[in-house]
Amino acid sequence: MKHTFSVLVENRAGVLSRISGLFARRAFNIESLAVGITEDPNFSRVTIVVEGTDYTVEQVEKQLNKLIDVIKVRTIHPEELISRELVLIKVNAGQNERGDIMNIAEIMSAKIVDISRTTMTLELADTSERVDLFTELLRPFAIREIARTGIVALQKGTDTISVKK
Amino acid sequence: MINGAQAMVKCLESEGVSVVFGYPGATICPFYDSLSASSIHHVLVRQEQNGGHSANGYARIAGKPGVCIATSGPGATNLITALATAYMDSIPLIAITGQVATDMLGRDVFQEADITGAAEPFTKHSYLVKDVDQLPRIFKEAFYIAATGRPGPVLIDVPVDIQKKELSQPFSYPKQVNIIGYKPSIKGHGLQIKKVAEAMKAAQRPLICVGGGAFAADGYKAVRTLAETYQIPVISTMMGIGALPSEHPLYFGMLGTHGVPHANQAVHDADLLLIIGARVGDRAVSSPNIFSKDSTIVHIDIDPAEIGKNVGTSIPLVGDAKTVISQLMEFDPHPGDISPWLRRLRELRDRYHPDYTARSDGFINPKDFLHRLSQRLPEDAIYVADVGQNQIWSANHIAIQKGRFLTSGGMGTMGYSIPAAIGAKLAAPEQMVIAACGDGSFQMQMMELATICQDQVNVKMILFRNNKLGMVKEIQKNAYGERYIATNLDGSPDFLTLVSAYGIPCRRVSDIAQAEEAIEAFLSAQGPYLLECIVDPEESSK
Repeated sequence: MKHTFSVLVENRAGVLSRISGLFARRAFNIESLAVGITEDPNFSRVTIVVEGTDYTVEQVEKQLNKLIDVIKVRTIHPEELISRELVLIKVNAGQNERGDIMNIAEIMSAKIVDISRTTMTLELADTSERVDLFTELLRPFAIREIARTGIVALQKGTDTISVKK
Repeated sequence: MINGAQAMVKCLESEGVSVVFGYPGATICPFYDSLSASSIHHVLVRQEQNGGHSANGYARIAGKPGVCIATSGPGATNLITALATAYMDSIPLIAITGQVATDMLGRDVFQEADITGAAEPFTKHSYLVKDVDQLPRIFKEAFYIAATGRPGPVLIDVPVDIQKKELSQPFSYPKQVNIIGYKPSIKGHGLQIKKVAEAMKAAQRPLICVGGGAFAADGYKAVRTLAETYQIPVISTMMGIGALPSEHPLYFGMLGTHGVPHANQAVHDADLLLIIGARVGDRAVSSPNIFSKDSTIVHIDIDPAEIGKNVGTSIPLVGDAKTVISQLMEFDPHPGDISPWLRRLRELRDRYHPDYTARSDGFINPKDFLHRLSQRLPEDAIYVADVGQNQIWSANHIAIQKGRFLTSGGMGTMGYSIPAAIGAKLAAPEQMVIAACGDGSFQMQMMELATICQDQVNVKMILFRNNKLGMVKEIQKNAYGERYIATNLDGSPDFLTLVSAYGIPCRRVSDIAQAEEAIEAFLSAQGPYLLECIVDPEESSK
């Protein structure tokens, strides 16, 4: 089962290496990891998706909490999860294919961000499942390149995972 | 303004550090230069790893972080085994390493090693100092992190240019730390405490299993009070030996693969097991079904990550052993009549007869020897066991009264005993300190005889000689069809000649009839002494 962790960390050098090192040495599998600065520039938020049993999840949370640079660890329950992932896809697109590709892009609310005589590059920010679906729809047109960010996530409603002032 | 190196020494002085263990090199020279102006005593070890072990022995006896120092590159990497040893046994250590200049970092220059990266899995936290003005904050945090919560080693890597650079403001050592991501919980959760108290009241066969965590913050005294107040029997892991005196009526020995049968039987039969400050690692829990299915397992530990990691727990309780036990005792958790249970355990213990029989000519029985030695030891003696068969003999046959039993429990690091004993002796000059090792482990640390001589450290050494790597040989015997390889130590020197070359008095015992006299000479020697005991290569650890 997949579990999504939102981890608030000190924004300093070496933190990401500590987190990834911990996952490697305790044999936790990372599905995706995304990191970026938060509303307070002193802190970063790392969103990690882990595949594993409940035991793994408990250990991930406890071991992450032991890192001095880690301020807060929260597992976000699937029902309260807002998650998005950004994908860029470059597909083969000659004159004959453009119409079909634009049609798919419109249905999926994707953006066309670049075009050349033989290719188009599309952008979609959506849930991982919708990104997967979008990729599958484009596959018949011969995908040349894909770049995915991994998911970032927040909780629904008013709750926040942030540093108490 | 003072420079970084002077600030580092001032930080150590502000922490009340009086002794450090180290080995200099080019990139740590500014620090050593300013150390010469301080009253802090520097012990020059003969290899950096031993500096780490000495700091470890010091920390365990002094009850505060031990400090070790190494230079960049190989000096720092030599420290790694000592850091890992301290990390596994939760020993507070401050390791200070020199580093190449900041503008050279990452260029693979002479004696450069990414030590904060390399030591990451074996340190509680680490710092690479890039701003000289941050030194006081970093030292303050490092000592705090090392000593509080679940203790452990903290590494401070200081580039040589930072040591030479002047501070931009007058030196001031912070009074407090504020680390937003580090707030260890000391007090136990009220509801959990209540649950444990209720489980204790309902128990008929309660048992305490105490681990090394009990020695942090003097928790072992609380464990003893808890056991004595409610007459609860106690067993220990190897790291927990000495939490109760070995001869205490409520103490039933060490559990696990190498433990005594009655301790393992007690774990199996208990209906309530209170694990206090123990990881309950694989060596302690020899088989997963050692716990009876319907027993209640309470796990008390300062580190939430240990609870539920190795053993399924019925009631988890996070907190400092001393605090949690005093919270628990407020409920007066008196179990019912447990005298039948105690009687049964005592019967089991009485049925256990260690093998103290004589061996064939030319060999002593090491278990008998240690038993005899125990009878003669001062009651506050500190005994440091190395790793190998000698560790198991020591764990099961040395009686600890008011002293301590130190060993590398988690990591099982050979070559631990003598340097750790040096550190322990410097922490407690009035107490007798004994290091026991085999001829394999002795040869991993015998360079420290020079440290003993140079600093006139009164450490008594016992060397069990069987000309073999006995523990590995035993494994080859039992699990690899007696195909012996790489366990023969035939190239070893005459140890008495070697030890004599250092001017350290020594003698050999190869007949148990000489044991009493040899022990007398050993214990009454004014300074360091080495006793070589000749052991049959076929002697087993059991």
